[in-house]
Amino acid sequence: MFTISNYVKAKTLEEAYELNQARSSRVMGGMMWMRLGNARIKTLIDLSGLGLDRIEETDNVIRIGAMCTLRQLEQCDALKRLFGDGVAESVRHIVGVQFRNQATVGGSIYGRFGFSDVLTAFLAMDTFVELYNGGTVRLSDFVNRKQDKDLLLSVIVRKGKRQFRYESIRQTQTDFPVLACATVTGIVHGQETWYFSIGARPMKAALLEKKWEIPRDASEEMIREYAQEVAASFTYGTNMRGSAEYRQHLAEVLVRREISSILAEER
Amino acid sequence: MEVQFVLNKKQVKVDVGPDAVLLNVLRELGCKSVKCGCETTNCGLCTVWIDGKSRLSCSVLAVSVGGHEITTLEGVEEEAAEFGRFLAEEGAEQCGFCSPGFIMNVLAMVRELEDPGIEEIKEYLAGNLCRCTGYMGQMRAIEKYLAYRKEARG
Ligand SMILES: Cc1cc2nc3c(=O)[nH]c(=O)nc-3n(C[C@H](O)[C@H](O)[C@H](O)COP(=O)(O)OP(=O)(O)OC[C@H]3O[C@@H](n4cnc5c(N)ncnc54)[C@H](O)[C@@H]3O)c2cc1C
Ligand code: FES
Ligand code: FES
Repeated sequence: MFTISNYVKAKTLEEAYELNQARSSRVMGGMMWMRLGNARIKTLIDLSGLGLDRIEETDNVIRIGAMCTLRQLEQCDALKRLFGDGVAESVRHIVGVQFRNQATVGGSIYGRFGFSDVLTAFLAMDTFVELYNGGTVRLSDFVNRKQDKDLLLSVIVRKGKRQFRYESIRQTQTDFPVLACATVTGIVHGQETWYFSIGARPMKAALLEKKWEIPRDASEEMIREYAQEVAASFTYGTNMRGSAEYRQHLAEVLVRREISSILAEER
Repeated sequence: MEVQFVLNKKQVKVDVGPDAVLLNVLRELGCKSVKCGCETTNCGLCTVWIDGKSRLSCSVLAVSVGGHEITTLEGVEEEAAEFGRFLAEEGAEQCGFCSPGFIMNVLAMVRELEDPGIEEIKEYLAGNLCRCTGYMGQMRAIEKYLAYRKEARG
């Protein structure tokens, strides 16, 4: 069981950061994950009074505060306008509405969990994380950093004309994913570019970028070849939810469906 | 630590440890409808509303709800009894242990969603598990309850 000796609702970011420098301090997101662990926490730092629970849209970006809940993501109009139903699809299987009313975007991204749908989805977009001390860094860099004592303030998605698709395979509707997969495409620096993010392999999501020009009327056979190449570019592992081989097969199927769905819409 | 919050429309003040979980604190305050049905944050039996939104009280620290408004089944007794009659008429309850959390989430759903379809209902309630039934009775009860509410509103 986890224990907490001291709870502090931080009044400023600076206070939160300073308190978090002690080894046995922890920042509190939604607590959903943390409370299942065995940590002996000396000081638990609550960020809920710092205005980090808003989603803001500017001309260029959508900025999602670390304390926004997964339910806020699911219901966000700005993200829906930009990416369609894909964002809601990426979180709607996570346990239940009550859970998503509490689990946070900050905790989900900071945790860099292997099974994370949230990480898989954001990695495929043009995403940055804003840190209190470490500045603003690309999510694809942040993913591979070791967990440190910084504060995650927000997740920033750059706007652009992008197509986004998200799919996952689960043994039951609300279980962890066996495999999760996001595909994004758009014109980047004048060139058609495809991004594929595959998570729950069961390792955490990784990103593949391809400067592919896929004809809008590509045959199913051609799409299958692209999907095969994507799936073969990732490594997979075996655990109780599935074998490495099975996961690679699922990856190919999901990528194929996502590419097909995007091409169909643009035809 | 001292925490003050509103519980079922009444202001309460409690002294709790920093790691006390809201679920236990609510039960100690007499809200015995709030149940713990799992150790994995999956069952929904502990559902209460915080500021009107369904939440899992097993995962909320009591110290963190200072200044917020908590509602349990005891705070919406009439409405719960009304929906409970629909559940009973469909024979949807067996042991009934899951009912308080389930009813709280159904009542949250009817506040949040307008005229939900069957898939929307299932998705909204996917986080409420029941070990005894196959959910069919619950679904019938909800459909009849929604129709009844619609009629009552005219
Ligand atoms: C039963 C269960 C099932 C789940 N199923 C899924 C699933 O199917 N798909 C999926 O994608 N996810 C799933 N999750 C993970 C969940 O969606 C969240 O990602 C997870 O609970 C972490 O979010 P949290 O807000 O609860 O963070 P917490 O548990 O509060 O924190 C997690 C970690 O992040 C740190 N932290 C939190 N916020 C910050 C911040 N702003 N700055 C720095 N550090 C911070 C904490 O100190 C802690 O180390 C599941 C979790 C549980 C418990
Ligand atoms: S007791 Fe099971 S989800 Fe809270
Ligand atoms: S009726 Fe027994 S758990 Fe639902």
